[in-house]
Amino acid sequence: MSELLLPVAERLLAPAGLGLDDLPGLLGELAGPGIDAADLYFQDQVTESWVLEDGIVKEGSFHLDRGVGVRALAGEKTGFAYTNAIGREPLRQAAQAARSIARAGQTARVQTPADVAFAPLYGAQNPLEGMSREDKVALLKRIDQATRALDPRIKQVTVSLAGVWDHVLVVALDGGLAADIRPLVRFNVSVIVEQNGRRERGSQGGGGRTGYAFFLDDDRAMGYAREALRQALVNLEAVAAPAGTLPVVLGSGWSGVLLHEAVGHGLEGDFNRKGSSAYSGRIGQSVASPLCTIVDDGTLADRRGSLSVDDEGTATQCTTLIESGVLKGYMQDKLNARLMGVRPTGNGRRESYAHLPMPRMTNTYMLAGQSDPAEIIASVKKGIYCASLGGGQVDITSGKFVFSTSEAYLIEDGRITAPVKGATLIGNGPEVMTRVSMVGNDLALDSGVGTCGKDGQSVPVGVGQPTLKLDAITVGGTGA
Amino acid sequence: MSDVEEIGPQGLGELKDKVARIIEEAKRQGATASEVSVSLEQGLSTTVRQREIETVEFNRDQGFGITLYLGQRKGSASTSGSSEEDIRQTVAAALAIARHASEDAFAGLADASLMAREQPDLDLYHPWAISPEQAIELALACEAAAFEADPRIRNADGTSLNTHSGSRAYGNSNGFIGAYSSTRHSLSCVMIAEDQGQMQRDYFYDVSRLGDALMAPSAIGQRAAQRAVSRLGARPVPTCEVPVLFSAELATGLFGHFLAAISGGNLYRNSSFLEGALEQVLFPEWLSLDERPHLPRGLASAAYDGDGLATYAKPFVDKGRLCSYVLSTYSGRKLGMPSTANAGGVHNLFATPGSEDQAALLRRMGRGLYVTELMGQGLNLVTGDYSRGAGGYWVENGEIQFPVQEVTIAGNLRDMFRQIVAIGSDVETRSSIHTGSVLIERMTVAGS
Repeated sequence: MSELLLPVAERLLAPAGLGLDDLPGLLGELAGPGIDAADLYFQDQVTESWVLEDGIVKEGSFHLDRGVGVRALAGEKTGFAYTNAIGREPLRQAAQAARSIARAGQTARVQTPADVAFAPLYGAQNPLEGMSREDKVALLKRIDQATRALDPRIKQVTVSLAGVWDHVLVVALDGGLAADIRPLVRFNVSVIVEQNGRRERGSQGGGGRTGYAFFLDDDRAMGYAREALRQALVNLEAVAAPAGTLPVVLGSGWSGVLLHEAVGHGLEGDFNRKGSSAYSGRIGQSVASPLCTIVDDGTLADRRGSLSVDDEGTATQCTTLIESGVLKGYMQDKLNARLMGVRPTGNGRRESYAHLPMPRMTNTYMLAGQSDPAEIIASVKKGIYCASLGGGQVDITSGKFVFSTSEAYLIEDGRITAPVKGATLIGNGPEVMTRVSMVGNDLALDSGVGTCGKDGQSVPVGVGQPTLKLDAITVGGTGA
Repeated sequence: MSDVEEIGPQGLGELKDKVARIIEEAKRQGATASEVSVSLEQGLSTTVRQREIETVEFNRDQGFGITLYLGQRKGSASTSGSSEEDIRQTVAAALAIARHASEDAFAGLADASLMAREQPDLDLYHPWAISPEQAIELALACEAAAFEADPRIRNADGTSLNTHSGSRAYGNSNGFIGAYSSTRHSLSCVMIAEDQGQMQRDYFYDVSRLGDALMAPSAIGQRAAQRAVSRLGARPVPTCEVPVLFSAELATGLFGHFLAAISGGNLYRNSSFLEGALEQVLFPEWLSLDERPHLPRGLASAAYDGDGLATYAKPFVDKGRLCSYVLSTYSGRKLGMPSTANAGGVHNLFATPGSEDQAALLRRMGRGLYVTELMGQGLNLVTGDYSRGAGGYWVENGEIQFPVQEVTIAGNLRDMFRQIVAIGSDVETRSSIHTGSVLIERMTVAGS
């Protein structure tokens, strides 16, 4: 038995006088006629955040959320209810509501729960208690003071620290049983600088499924601060970005937002089952340049986007989405896998017990290529180099996607020259990916700040890529 | 489920009692001041797709949050729990944070003398007695109308009927306590049109405090279908500088950016390009922006703000001139100004409508881009620089020529506000910001 099952059951079930032995009985409430699949998702999540601004630790907050989500599936139909009260009677009522979507059919047997095998990818310790409150406050103050001392042009410094400790227990009618304890921490620094009446902001952060000590190792927290300041100062000198279609070189790491938007969402199983994605029905076809091999990997230790086991009790894996330009597979949760006749890939994720699971990305990245990054820049006569990006968005049906730059430069005659202001870039996923003409040998993953939104649900994700060149994409500046 | 009857005016007394109990507990544990909010919400969401039920979701959320003070130090905590033990522990968690927070000279509740005295009934609570079966029927009718509207509608991405009701109470240790119930119902339809290998999707929706006031399901479905079909064949246009007409639906976002830029939080953090712009003329002289917080059934109506202050009608922009920031008690203190009773935001904003309908605005524009879709978050509030993905229609001789996609529009918000040429009479009412379409003199469109 997984060593996490007992502590998780102790935290989630014991206060209601329930135990692991009660799970088959509780599931039985869901197993009405016509129900093909069903699950219970118990969750207890504690969150804290501390914010420093104006040189003082102004705010701190603590949040406790606890509940159970009850789901019943009949064919393509899903019934769902949840309750904040973990107990027999509220669960019975939620089960009744959830299974009301099925009216007739066979009654599935409740399989005896057996726990799903998976290897834990992160520690189970509570990050909130891994550092004293005194030390958290002292860390924020130290970073603030050290940052302000770096440059007289600094007007504002905002530093924040946040941690989550999540206990989940999922048990399904098909017998799957899994428990997980998930830590997640994050540190951010934002700096506003002013020079000759002009102001700019820079920000940087990082984190992962680990403890706060991560930010002290190699003085990472101060590294974020230096990077935020550097970016803000670069932007003070920025000129208008050009407007029009140009070659664009994307730096390694966080620029993987490109893949998340241009490719990732379009390869989520639900959109492809429904035929609403620009990638629907294209398995085996060439959808990107042969230089592109893209994976979604939930199994990277301590990464923000990683999960030992997904929110439906499927062990995560490394799924090859695109191999040498050819579409290989989609990311699946249980429902879409069942309806498409394939296996789940460990991508069934949900924001919380109060939300339905669906196929979501974990850590999505492109494997390294052969080119030297310097050689990639040198190959561009006139274009843009994007060192860092902001957020992005995609319309998976038409394939259109955008992302915005937060640190970018002109490339002129193969050399990086003036910084340019933030601009939005827009393209069509399947088209743009065929225009990847060079891929660097410098694969890097992001620092652990990504949050992905879909159907109103947010989940932490990771992205990554080597430096790469797009032969043409539309750059939305105001300049010539 | 079991305690459904708590939501609605009859349950507000109990909610207020809970607020008072939590404030009392905070005092008992040693807080010098505190403010508490308690909420209880329930809802039903049903989605159909391709003429079948896809999901039926029953939502029920409860929770409370407390911000408490130890002198000038502050801590907050919240939970979805509701037991007496949860109350004790949550208060203790907030206190533990306050003990470690820094002294902040500006922190604290608003003066007792400023708290709202009256709480007018804003007619926000209209529960909809609709069963899941009836909700599904309405959603199916909506989607069916969309499929019937055009043969190029080949697929659907979900039609949802949502109905939610909730109660909220807020109180603080300066003697204020308020509570109200509200409802929100919506019907939305997302359709996919397909022709010559191109897929396009678009949507339409309506939202209201009153279920019966929603647009007819068939009308919503037809609009969603028409919008999706009208995007078929969309293509980029060459890079150019032209006038841009923002549809009313998107123009709400332009004024939303404006409100963010004049909000106290961004101003005192030196994070807004409109810092110090009070009394400056930012818009054309004919344009005013005013807040009407007591609008009956308004989507953002409120009798009191997040600090317990009485909300009141006022202009933020009068004849083009910025005459008030958007301030809470805290941000006001930081800026040395009184609160404008906008803790938590602006409660229904109205832009001066013009007399021209959308067709007249297209004629006035002559040649340019009519934008009906925006993508991404390409706004830098520190500088006002604006660059976003866009879709819509190319206009020549005052008439729509063809659908456009995969372009960006860019400018600076300060220039864009000054260059507003006209606001249409086609006022968007499904938003807390009421505006017609907005015609802007000139922006950079980047494309092929």
